[in-house]
Amino acid sequence: MYSEKVMEHFNNPRNVGELENPSGVGTVGNAKCGDIMRIYFDIDDQGVIRDAKFKTFGCGAAVATSSMATELVKGKTVQQALSVTNKAVMEALDGLPPVKVHCSLLAEEAIHAALWDYAQKNGIVIEGLKKPVEDIEEKAQEEEY
Amino acid sequence: MGKFIYLDNAATTRVSQGVLDEMMPYFCGTYSNPSAMYRFAGESQTAVDTARERAAAVIGAKPEEIYFTGSGSESDNWAIKAAAEAYASKGRHIITSKIEHHAVLHTCGYLQKQGLEVTYLDVDAAGKISLGELKAAIRPDTILISIMAANNEIGTLQPVAEIGKIARNAGVPFHTDAVQAYGHIPIDVEEMGIDMLSASGHKLNGPKGAGILYIRKGIKIRSFIHGGAQERGRRAGTLNVPGIVGFGKAAQLAGGTMELRAAAQIKLRDHLIGRVLAEIPYSRLNGDGADRLPNNASFCFRFIEGESMLILLDQSGICASSGSACTSGALDPSHVLLAIGLPHEIAHGSLRITLSEETTLEEIDYVVDELKKIVERLRGMSPLYEDFVKKGNQ
Repeated sequence: MYSEKVMEHFNNPRNVGELENPSGVGTVGNAKCGDIMRIYFDIDDQGVIRDAKFKTFGCGAAVATSSMATELVKGKTVQQALSVTNKAVMEALDGLPPVKVHCSLLAEEAIHAALWDYAQKNGIVIEGLKKPVEDIEEKAQEEEY
Repeated sequence: MGKFIYLDNAATTRVSQGVLDEMMPYFCGTYSNPSAMYRFAGESQTAVDTARERAAAVIGAKPEEIYFTGSGSESDNWAIKAAAEAYASKGRHIITSKIEHHAVLHTCGYLQKQGLEVTYLDVDAAGKISLGELKAAIRPDTILISIMAANNEIGTLQPVAEIGKIARNAGVPFHTDAVQAYGHIPIDVEEMGIDMLSASGHKLNGPKGAGILYIRKGIKIRSFIHGGAQERGRRAGTLNVPGIVGFGKAAQLAGGTMELRAAAQIKLRDHLIGRVLAEIPYSRLNGDGADRLPNNASFCFRFIEGESMLILLDQSGICASSGSACTSGALDPSHVLLAIGLPHEIAHGSLRITLSEETTLEEIDYVVDELKKIVERLRGMSPLYEDFVKKGNQ
């Protein structure tokens, strides 16, 4: 059901772990839905993301999107990191099954949450960044009888 | 090819050689339609009769009370929908439980949309219904009680005989979904007061696409599929002769080996449960410790999610299943795990291991060894575990 790229990132996730004294950290999702993503950023004085780490509770797609998202933002400026959307993460993973698209949304939200935390700590405004939602609301599918 | 250990026997089982051998002549050799007049058809009819006797013998039923269907789900649908129709003049109320298979739950949901009332009994932490609540739920207009014999996820056995007694005293027909129980644990429809029972061939080393519905003589159930005289006019459609023959053989074999097989599986199952609970911290057994299917072990591991576990187990050559939301495409974890009172986050970390006759002690030990590594690895990347450890250290 998963692409080779997803499986590869699930099996060998990049950037698993935590950062001590991160420049920004964001946690999104909730245990009720079965996905929690936490992303840590180390951002230098020029606003470049030097390092990114993650921890994720969730399915194969949640782990793979976290891994890919952290890969994609590393070395980017905070402004550039905003362009790492859920679509970008999905494309980089050669797609996700439809029921797993929300995992890529979670990855985007986690990036935004960590950037928001960084902006708050430093009293700066990142253009285009909105306050992240805590939970990603997912619409329940109506059961067909 | 590396290791291959199949431990998802509640999902389906391997067709046994004895069953396959019995079925084979009915594809290319004796391919006749049993309904026809010539002697060639009689051979198929005889095979079907034998299968019906074998299927009946496992549960102490009469052969003419066995109706062959296409699956356990079909049997559940038939029993419930047809009972609702047949007893409509008596009432419009059905009693079932919250942990039934979806074949029962969704059928009841469908009937609710047609205006029937359904009571869904709660279960306790082990997954058992309360007999007191069952008694209290029975109303003058109750037309059916449908309670499963054994749960497909957590393996809990319901007190079927007691339920049968209560139903009988109240004059309400009692249907049991015995898809996981038939051929695995002793069932006697007479002693247990069962009026209808669903079973499926592929859960007991028989073929897929072959199920039965037992309907006690005297129960008013009408035709479910119209268009032919097959199955005493109650289930039209040319008989799936090879499938029926396979079901019969599987039932006969399962019935004959039940006692020894169950004893061997319980030994392995309890070894598995003992090791997992002792060696993997923050793990729990779901379901009842003793009143459970001989081949079922269901666990939850805190701080991790089921699908990730399954993928890693698969890479170790192990097939298992989970009631996590992610494995079904749903958002909520298994309704069964929620019904026994588990919070969502724990229910997401469930793992079901169901043994077969072929499962060995070496395989079980290998599974536990792999599982320990997998749980540790996933906890290593879990923010929930990180928070838990940090809180503990404060």
